[in-house]
Amino acid sequence: MISLADLAAIREKMKDKVVIREGSAQTRVVVGMATCGIAAGARPVLNAFVDGVNKEGLSDKITVTQTGCIGICQYEPVVEVYEDGKEKTTYVKLTAEKAEKIIKQHLIGGKVVAEYTIGAIEK
Amino acid sequence: MKELSLNILDIAKNSTRAGASLIEILLVTDEKGFLTMTIRDNGCGMDEETLHRVSDPFYTTRTTRKVGMGLPLLRMACEATGGSLSMTSSVKEDDHGTTLVATFDSTHIDFAPIGDVVSSIVILIAGDPDRDFVFLDKTPDREVALDTRELRAVLGDVSLGEFEVLEWIKAYLYGQYQTES
Repeated sequence: MISLADLAAIREKMKDKVVIREGSAQTRVVVGMATCGIAAGARPVLNAFVDGVNKEGLSDKITVTQTGCIGICQYEPVVEVYEDGKEKTTYVKLTAEKAEKIIKQHLIGGKVVAEYTIGAIEK
Repeated sequence: MKELSLNILDIAKNSTRAGASLIEILLVTDEKGFLTMTIRDNGCGMDEETLHRVSDPFYTTRTTRKVGMGLPLLRMACEATGGSLSMTSSVKEDDHGTTLVATFDSTHIDFAPIGDVVSSIVILIAGDPDRDFVFLDKTPDREVALDTRELRAVLGDVSLGEFEVLEWIKAYLYGQYQTES
């Protein structure tokens, strides 16, 4: 069973790294986690982004954060991607599977997944 | 909400928005399967009038939309099992905060499964790594507990929000569920 000793080992490993990381992230992935988002399935979407970004080794460049309701509850789970010098991308009605595709195609490949954006859904 | 753990995630976020530095989430199930869920914070609290209005779905403090469904959904979930929801709050300068107590009959057919409560707790910590969380899930057969103040003492200036730390918390909680159930 995992113990506090394991946590102390993490601390030893992390303590030098922390300083370097601050301020270096350029891209923000923001997941709506208000009642509307949570009820629509935002929890697995958030987990998919956090796991994916860290497992792909992108955590120095990309931060995944949570926010409240942004007022488009009918499109939840909603995720906004903010990149330096680019227009904001709003993804709607996401699932964990769609999140994985966004990580690969957009966050790694640099190409917006147009079919999941709010523009593709609004008529 | 399909799982009570989603209500917990939703309601506890109200506590962080109220500026709480300590949020306690306690689930205690007795021998008869009666579950008492307590969510207690030391946030700014609510005055008497606000406290009476928060269960009204057409009351919300937010400005992005006109309805607030969080508490009504939780009330519905507990009342469907024959339980009830009550809240107390204080805005006193030296003793402020809000306590929510929801009771459930977990043997009732309309009892929503608790679901992945570990995931909810980890998301709460990840969202507000500077706050402290106490979590307890106790039944007559087992006890799962976490107090981030104890973790902070080990971590020093390493944040609770670091991915490796969150993974540790996840494994620590899942480990307690597995060995004692």
